[in-house]
Amino acid sequence: MPKQRKFNILEHELVPKHEVLPPEEAARILKELGVTPQQLPWLRVTDPVARAIGAKPGDIVRIYRKSPTSGETIAYRYVVGY
Amino acid sequence: MGEYIYSWEELSKYISDSLDNARRILPKRIYDDLESKLREVVEDKGLSPEEAREIIDSVVKDYEYSMIEPGEPVGTVAAQSIGEPGTQMTLRTFHYAGMREFNVTLGLPRFIEIVDARREPSTPVMYIYLDDEHKHSEAEAKKVARSIEFTRVINVTSEIDIDLVNMRIVLRLDPVMLEDKGVTVEQVKKVLEKLKLGRVEAEPSDPLVLYVYIEPGETFSLIDLQKKKEKILNAKIKGLKKIRRVILQSTISPDGTTEYFLVTEGSNLKDIFEVPGIDPRRVYTNDIHEVEEVLGIEAARIALIREMKNVLEEQGLDVDIRHIMLVADMMTWTGKVRQIGRHGVSGEKYSPLARAAFEMTTQNLFEAAIHGEEDRLLGITETVIAGGVIRMGTGMVEVSMNPAALVKPREVSEGEK
Repeated sequence: MPKQRKFNILEHELVPKHEVLPPEEAARILKELGVTPQQLPWLRVTDPVARAIGAKPGDIVRIYRKSPTSGETIAYRYVVGY
Repeated sequence: MGEYIYSWEELSKYISDSLDNARRILPKRIYDDLESKLREVVEDKGLSPEEAREIIDSVVKDYEYSMIEPGEPVGTVAAQSIGEPGTQMTLRTFHYAGMREFNVTLGLPRFIEIVDARREPSTPVMYIYLDDEHKHSEAEAKKVARSIEFTRVINVTSEIDIDLVNMRIVLRLDPVMLEDKGVTVEQVKKVLEKLKLGRVEAEPSDPLVLYVYIEPGETFSLIDLQKKKEKILNAKIKGLKKIRRVILQSTISPDGTTEYFLVTEGSNLKDIFEVPGIDPRRVYTNDIHEVEEVLGIEAARIALIREMKNVLEEQGLDVDIRHIMLVADMMTWTGKVRQIGRHGVSGEKYSPLARAAFEMTTQNLFEAAIHGEEDRLLGITETVIAGGVIRMGTGMVEVSMNPAALVKPREVSEGEK
């Protein structure tokens, strides 16, 4: 049997879409929510998804979660370095 | 009352500001629902712009009314909403009626396992869906099942002896098990040769008997032979580590075709992706830590919600999904799954008094004293200990005074002088 290509975890049904925000937008979002980055939920750089999308510590990541109550919701996570 | 309009395109022009407002405030799904319902009504019975506007505004108003108010103790409400039905859960583990009997921990023990974030569930289970090529045929599905089931020499051997006269280990293979696991004698022979213990030969009169000739080393001992025997028995023939048993199950999809999928005892998410014939996008495991490690924290959050919901639903308990989502959010807050308890959410509270009130009172107070921690009495527990007003509900509101505003009128009056 032919060896299958390495599976990309971003395609898995459990993994919602993640995207790294550009700095200007990240600043705008933080202001809109009125929080410091540390007050957001964290995403570790060692997280497989963080590695797959190339997030660096200090980035803000936007997550499009599928929600059973409201269809789609947007969540943010702050990338931390450990 | 304005003119009735029977075309959605025309109506939406008149009420575009209302629609935009609704789109901004409402979640996507509710907005989509609203829009499709309106469209239906308009095209069927007609609506005037005023009426449409009124409908949209009342939906928005109702949505805002249903939102949590500032100061609402959502965590406490969630804890009680899960805790009370939890008292009705079965205390023992349950059987799962599949094609063959198959034990899966459910009920309270499983729920505790989830919120405690145990390293490995007591019954790890994986659900593997197959790709289009394999999912409709039982034979093909069985082939995939066999390729992932972890099989060792011991699983297909009925007898093993040490023949000291000829310095060899005698293996008798079990034809029934060979058939069941889909292993041939040739395969076993190859595995034995790979161990490099010595020459492997089949008995000419009986193909099911294999001999492994042990080359006599410099030092010979019976313990050494026993060790080699163990090594042979534990040699892997095929499959993935930790997958102890694979069961074939089928569902009937809505279009009437039968779809086969695999349920495994034991879980190995990392390696399963590379197995040909499966659909890697839909593999699911009940091992939350494995999901976190392989698919990341967001996937773990979804898996947590799914697992908790399954346990509660299976017990016939109706708990609102939002309570469960809140628990999962707290557990995944720091980017790692942490338990609700001493080593997790409760143990990492900022306030030393709150930690002391939870568990291990003296130890927590001693540690806080040693580290010179400070308690600003902001949380609920600390405030109750100190006898203050909790910062929840109406207690959230405080009156503050702006001294600068008091000074102003006096300046004016002085100016008048």
